[in-house]
Amino acid sequence: MSERERDDHSGVETTGHEWDGIKELDNPLPRWWLIVWYACIAVAIVYWVLFPAWPTLTGYTPGILGQSDRVNVANDIKALDAQRGAEGVMLEKASLEQIEKTPNLQAFAMAEGQAIFGNNCAPCHGQGGAGGKGYANLRDDVWLWGGQLADIEQTLKYGIRSGHPLARVSMMPSFGRDGLLKPQEVNDLTEYVVSLSHRTASPGAVARAAPIFAAQCAACHGPDGKGNQAVGAPNLTDSDWLYGSDRRSIHDQIWAAKGGVMPAWIERLSPAQIKAVAVYVHVNSGGSGQATPALTSAATPTAAATDNTVSTTTAPAPAAQ
Amino acid sequence: MTAIALKPKGTPGDVLAVVALSVVGLVWSLCAAAFADDGPFRIHAYVIMGASVASLVACIAGLADGRFVNRPDRYADDVIRAGVFASLFWGVVGMLVGVVIACQLAWPDLFYFPSAGWLNFGRLRPVHTSGVVFAFGGNVLLATSFYVVQRTCRARLFGGIASWFVFWGYQLFIVLAASGYVMGITQGKEYAEPEWYTDLWLTIVWVVYLLVFLGTLWKRKEPHIYVANWFYLAFIVTIAVLHITNNLAVPVNVFGSKSYDVFAGVQDALTQWWYGHNAVGFFLTAAFLAIMYYFIPKRAERPIYSYRLSIVHFWALIFIYIWAGPHHLHYTALPQWAQTLGMTFSIMLWMPSWGGMINGLMTLSGAWDKLRTDPVLRMLVAAVAFYGMATFEGPVMSIREVNALSHYTDWTIGHVHSGALGWVGFISFGAIYCMVPWLWKKQRMYSNALIEWHFWISTIGILLYITSMWVSGIMEGLMWREYTPQGFLAHTFVETVAAKHVEYVVRMAGGLMYLSGVLLMIYNVWRTIRGDAPEEVTTSDLAYPANAVAAE
Repeated sequence: MSERERDDHSGVETTGHEWDGIKELDNPLPRWWLIVWYACIAVAIVYWVLFPAWPTLTGYTPGILGQSDRVNVANDIKALDAQRGAEGVMLEKASLEQIEKTPNLQAFAMAEGQAIFGNNCAPCHGQGGAGGKGYANLRDDVWLWGGQLADIEQTLKYGIRSGHPLARVSMMPSFGRDGLLKPQEVNDLTEYVVSLSHRTASPGAVARAAPIFAAQCAACHGPDGKGNQAVGAPNLTDSDWLYGSDRRSIHDQIWAAKGGVMPAWIERLSPAQIKAVAVYVHVNSGGSGQATPALTSAATPTAAATDNTVSTTTAPAPAAQ
Repeated sequence: MTAIALKPKGTPGDVLAVVALSVVGLVWSLCAAAFADDGPFRIHAYVIMGASVASLVACIAGLADGRFVNRPDRYADDVIRAGVFASLFWGVVGMLVGVVIACQLAWPDLFYFPSAGWLNFGRLRPVHTSGVVFAFGGNVLLATSFYVVQRTCRARLFGGIASWFVFWGYQLFIVLAASGYVMGITQGKEYAEPEWYTDLWLTIVWVVYLLVFLGTLWKRKEPHIYVANWFYLAFIVTIAVLHITNNLAVPVNVFGSKSYDVFAGVQDALTQWWYGHNAVGFFLTAAFLAIMYYFIPKRAERPIYSYRLSIVHFWALIFIYIWAGPHHLHYTALPQWAQTLGMTFSIMLWMPSWGGMINGLMTLSGAWDKLRTDPVLRMLVAAVAFYGMATFEGPVMSIREVNALSHYTDWTIGHVHSGALGWVGFISFGAIYCMVPWLWKKQRMYSNALIEWHFWISTIGILLYITSMWVSGIMEGLMWREYTPQGFLAHTFVETVAAKHVEYVVRMAGGLMYLSGVLLMIYNVWRTIRGDAPEEVTTSDLAYPANAVAAE
C-alpha cells in the first residue's frame, strides 16, 4: 500500500491511494448514518413479523397480525354496501318504474347513475350528457330508439351496432357513394330534407325530390319525415340533428351514411347498475319518452303520462356537471 | 508520467469483427426488407441496411487510410468527444419531446390526429422517456465512463475500434427504438418498449461495452480500482442482466416486429418492475454516482470524504436495490408478501442511497467557498442535493399506505423528475462543463455567466415542475378516493383530469425553462470548442490539472 498522508484541512489520514489526482480520506462511517440505517432495518424486521412477508416452500409467513389485503378488500366492499343501505339491495329487485316512482330509490339510482355515467358514458355523450356531433344528446326528449325506461334500458344493455345479437341495428344506405341516386338527386333530396324542418329551400328541388323521398326514404323516416323509433330512423322535421343540420352535413349523410356504435354495457355493468343509468338518463331527459305521433308502436298514453308526472315532481335537479 | 507501453496490434481484428458483423447485418436486413411482415418493420430493415453499409464504408476507408493504428501511449478521446455531442443532441430531442407532451397534457387537442398516430401522446411519451434516459443519459454515461476509466486506470480504452462500435451501435439502437415508437412498434413494457430485434442489437452492443470496460480495467496501471469504476461496472453488468431477462420474448416471425413475452400475467408484471426499478437503480443511480465520484473531487480539488463509506454504501446499494421493484405493484395481483418485501427493502435502501450523498457533499468540506464562484461545482452539488431528496422521497412513497394515495398520480411523475432533472440532469451538465475544456484543451468554458444562467433557470424550472406535480398528484389522489355520503365515487376520472389544468401549464413552463438552460449550455459548449473563450482568467475559474497522459 502506498504511504498514507494527513489531509491539511481536516487532519484526517488518506488511504494512500491516488487516481488522476483524486485521493480518499479514511473517515469512519458517520455515526448518525449507521444508526438510522440500523433503525430502518429494525423497522423492516418488525414489519416482517407483523405482516405477510417471506415466501416459504408451501406458502408464506402470514405475520402475527393476520392481516390480509384480500380480506380487507372484501370488508371494504361490505362496508360500502352497508353505506349504500337498503336502497342498494332494493335497486336489484325493483322494476324501472318502481325505482322512478319511489323517491328515495330514485334519488339513490340517480346518485349511482351519475357516477357510472361520468366514467362510462360521458366520454362520448359528454359530461352533462348533451352529446355532440355523432353522439346523441341525452338531455332532451328527442330519441332515436325510444326514450321510455324500457327502451333506454335495452339500448344500454345491448348497445347500437355493438355486435351483440340483441343490439339495435339500423343502416341508412349510402345513396350517393353506392350509386343508388345520382348526384343531382342527392342535392335535390338535401333541399327536400331542409324543407322538412321548416326552413327555406329551393322549391324546384323540393318538387323534384318529393317522389324520390317517397320512394327511397319514407319507408323508414315515414311519409312526412317524422321518423320511426322502431327502426331507429330519426325525425327529420325537428331541430335535432345527430350529424349536423346544415346542408353540407345533410348532404354528406345522404351521400355516405354514418352509423355510430354504442357498446353493449351488459358485458361490463351489472343489471342493477344499468337500471340506475337508465333512470338517470330518463329523468335527466325530461322523463317523458313520448314517441312521435307517427309512431305506431308508441307506448300507451297512460304509461307516458305516468312517467311524465313522476319525473317532473320528484326528479332532483340534474347534478352540477 | 511514463507512457503506457502496450504491444501494438499486428492485424486489426477489431475492424475485421465489425466488418463481419456489418456483412451479417446487411444480409439480414436485405432479407428482412424483402420478406417484411409489416411496413414499419420494413422501414427498420432499411435503417439497419443503411447502418451496415455506412459501417462497411467507414471500415474500408479507415483501413485504406491506415487510420486504425493503435496508440497505446494516448487516451482514446475522440469517441468521448463524439459522446459529448451525442449527449447534447439527444438531450435536446428528448427534452423537446417532453415539452411537447407536457403541452399535449395541458391542451389535449395539440398534435392529435385520429387518423395518423405518429404525434399522439401515446407514441411520443416513450420517445421522451427513452430519449432522456437512454439517449441523453446513456450517451453521458458512455462518454464519462470512457473518460473516467482511462484516467483512473492510466490506460487507453481496450479493444481498438470497439469503443467506436459501442458508440455508433448505441446510436443505432436509439434510432431504431425512437422511430419504432412513433410508428407504433412497441412491446408495451415501460422503459423496455423496443421490440425483440432492437433488444438483440442492444445486447450485442452492451456486451462489447462490458468487454471494453473490463479490458481497460484489466490493463490498468493503478494498483487499485477507483470507486467510480465499481459503480460503472455494477451499472454495465446489472443492466445487461436486467435487459436480457425482461426482454425474453418469442418473435411471431423473424421478419416481423411483433413478439410475445415468455412471461405472462403477474409474473410478467413483476419481471417488468424488477427491471424498471433497477433501471432507475443501476442506470440512473449507480452509474451517475460514478460520475459524482470522479467529477466532484476533481472539480472541488478535495479528497473523497470516506473510503469506508464508499465501500459500505456501494455494496449495500447494489444488494438492496435489486429487491425493491415490487413496490411498483402495491395493491395489485402481486402476492402481498412480495409487496411487503419490496416496501421494506426500499426503506432499508434509504441510508445506502444517502451514503453517496454524504460522500459527495462532505467531499466539499474545505472547498465550500467555491460554490459561490463556480457554477459548475454548484451544479454538481445541487445534483447531489436533489439526489438526496429523491432517494428520501422514494422510500416514503414505497410505504404501502403512502403508495395507496400516490400511486398512478402525478406525484410519481414529480418524483421521477426530481431525480431525472435534478440529479441525473445536473450531474451530467456538470460533468460536461468539466469535460469540454479538458477534452478540447481549452482553459475554461466560454462564458461563466451563461453557466450561471443555466444553473438558475434550470433550478427554478425543476422547482416549478416538482411542486406542480406534488399539488396535482395529491389532489387527484384525494379526488379518486373520495366517496359521496351515499357510497358512490364523488368525482369522475375526467373531472380529476380537468382539475389539473393549471398544474399542467406550470409543469410545462418548468420543463421549457429546463430545456432553455440546455440550449444555453449548447451555445456555450459550441463557443468554447471554437476557441472563443476570453483569455483573462477570473477568480471563478478553476485550474485543472494537466492530464498525466497526453490526450489524442
